[in-house]
Amino acid sequence: MLSGAATSVTVILIVFFLFIEGAGVFSRKPIDDGYLLAVNATNNVKTLQPSQIKDVFDKKITNWKQLGGEDRPIVLFRTSDITEYYTEEELGPNFEYFPEKINELIEKQPGIIAFFSDKYKAEKFSGKELDIDKIKVWEFLSGEEWFPTAQPIAQMGVKPLIYGTLWVSFGAILLALPIGLAAAIYLSEIAKKRTRSLLKPLIELLAGIPSVVYGFFGLVVIVPLIQSTFNLPVGETGLAGSVVLAIMALPTIITISEDAMRNTPRAMKEASLALGASKWQTIYKVVMPYSASGITAGAILGIGRAIGETMAVLMVTGNAAVIPNTLLAPVRTIPATIAAELGEAPNGGLHYEALFALGCILFLITFGINMLVELVTNRKAHKKH
Amino acid sequence: MNSENKLARKKRITQNIAFGIFTAISYAIVALLFVILAFIVVKGIGVISWEFITAMPTNGMTEGGIFPAIVGTLCLVLASIIFAFPVGVFAAIYMTEYVKDGWIKKVIKQMTNNLAGVPSIVFGLFGMSLFVNKLGFGDSILAGGLTLGLLVLPVVIRTTEESLKAVDATFRQASLGLGATKWQTTSKVVLPIAFPNIITGLILSIGRVSGETAPILFTVAAYFLPKLPSSIFDQAMALPYHLYVIATSGTNIEKSRAMAYGTALILIIIVLISNLLANALRKYYGKKVKMN
Repeated sequence: MLSGAATSVTVILIVFFLFIEGAGVFSRKPIDDGYLLAVNATNNVKTLQPSQIKDVFDKKITNWKQLGGEDRPIVLFRTSDITEYYTEEELGPNFEYFPEKINELIEKQPGIIAFFSDKYKAEKFSGKELDIDKIKVWEFLSGEEWFPTAQPIAQMGVKPLIYGTLWVSFGAILLALPIGLAAAIYLSEIAKKRTRSLLKPLIELLAGIPSVVYGFFGLVVIVPLIQSTFNLPVGETGLAGSVVLAIMALPTIITISEDAMRNTPRAMKEASLALGASKWQTIYKVVMPYSASGITAGAILGIGRAIGETMAVLMVTGNAAVIPNTLLAPVRTIPATIAAELGEAPNGGLHYEALFALGCILFLITFGINMLVELVTNRKAHKKH
Repeated sequence: MNSENKLARKKRITQNIAFGIFTAISYAIVALLFVILAFIVVKGIGVISWEFITAMPTNGMTEGGIFPAIVGTLCLVLASIIFAFPVGVFAAIYMTEYVKDGWIKKVIKQMTNNLAGVPSIVFGLFGMSLFVNKLGFGDSILAGGLTLGLLVLPVVIRTTEESLKAVDATFRQASLGLGATKWQTTSKVVLPIAFPNIITGLILSIGRVSGETAPILFTVAAYFLPKLPSSIFDQAMALPYHLYVIATSGTNIEKSRAMAYGTALILIIIVLISNLLANALRKYYGKKVKMN
């Protein structure tokens, strides 16, 4: 009884822990713990959004007017800039006057925006600490830049990662579906029983090869091949990911569509043949339409596998977090991002939580795909009766 | 008459072309499998030696052996199977022998499917959050083993369910008719008959567990350890992670290529053996049951 619930409990626990950790990213400010942004007390800008702060520090926004303040140029200040204003003697031998000097500087410079650790915050701080907006769910999903460790403000936009994941996965299915279908037709309708019983286990063996081995094979064979074929500066591209994923998705597509085709009632096939249709006509006019839902299920499951695949993709796609516009450039997927970055993200920190939020997105996508498959196959079951 | 013949000929030619393409593609896929295997075997066979299997890595993992990674993978396989096998088998027994058809069965089935569809990296996140951090196991064989155990749970459940379902209903009826209780019937009659097939599932799980990388990245795997793990609370090296590391981020990627081929070959051998063994067992016992 208890073990019967094991899988259900696990799924619920996964959801629980993933979402608890992932939700953290929306409940805190996207600035490193213990750091603050301060402005002159007379500055009437109170809060800024993460993207605005980034633009300020990237010098894309140079005047407070653009942020709803007075017409005053923005003066950037990071801790390391202190030497431009004060000599080492003024700061004291152990930087003990550091807090006071920062305070003084903020008071003197009406246009300043200062980013520094709060251990340098003077006891009688006379500047104004800026309020930073928390990351909103929508910003997280639609943000176009993923720089989770950027200073002073982390940029948590997952759009490039989502796009990367979808590009690579759909590329894979585009390659794998026709090939897989052809093989499924051969196995279920053309091959002799003996040939079939020989080939099928071999094709299924493809599913048994560990993904890290595929990644390695992709890295030493497919990546250089793509680089020389398309004359690219690097071979680690979305296309390399798609090719590797296509090979990995083949067994899923073949097994499921072949099962569906073999379920076509014999009477239907024989009726078609008796009417003078050729075997091939029977296949594409009778067998294929009859097993369409099974084939769809196979394709969807194949996409699901591709979207969740981590190691192989991580090793061959080059991992550049930019919104892709071609499969011939490096891309970065959601699973690869988690695998590559979680090891360096401090436990419980903002970056850590953002990666869990990515995990939530991944979980939801694959969960939705499973449900879709269920829907497609159930509809077929109803149609039969 | 003539035009009909033409039509029939056209039909036949189209069919031959289509079938030719399908046949070629199918064999091409099999050829691809052999290309991948042959590539790794050819490049890796020269690396494998007694020393490679039994020695510690030396010289920044560009020389020496992969002994600690083999030991680590064995530990992980053991830990995950010890957890997943009993739980999975009991879950399957409960599903096939005890639950009546209805919404409970549907929900459990759906949840098992969902669990099987969860990407392996999500298992890694979950294992890190629950086992490593919340339960305080730290990066350890225990945390990694449990994570991998949960990952293969659906595999164990499915294969066990199938093997239980394959046991003919007459066996159960005969046993119950002789006055045996339901549990006696299950444990003394159904399980022994289904056992060989259940073992097939176990072997497949071993193959799966030894090849998984993403779930162990943050729960157990170590880049390099100078000594073998001594308890389940120790970190361990593992074959798939070792391959990933020396293939992508070793101290000297070119120099460690040979080691990478060797490691990939060992991994492939483990997976192939477990798959072939499972297939052979299934065939062997499939025949035997039919003969009875």
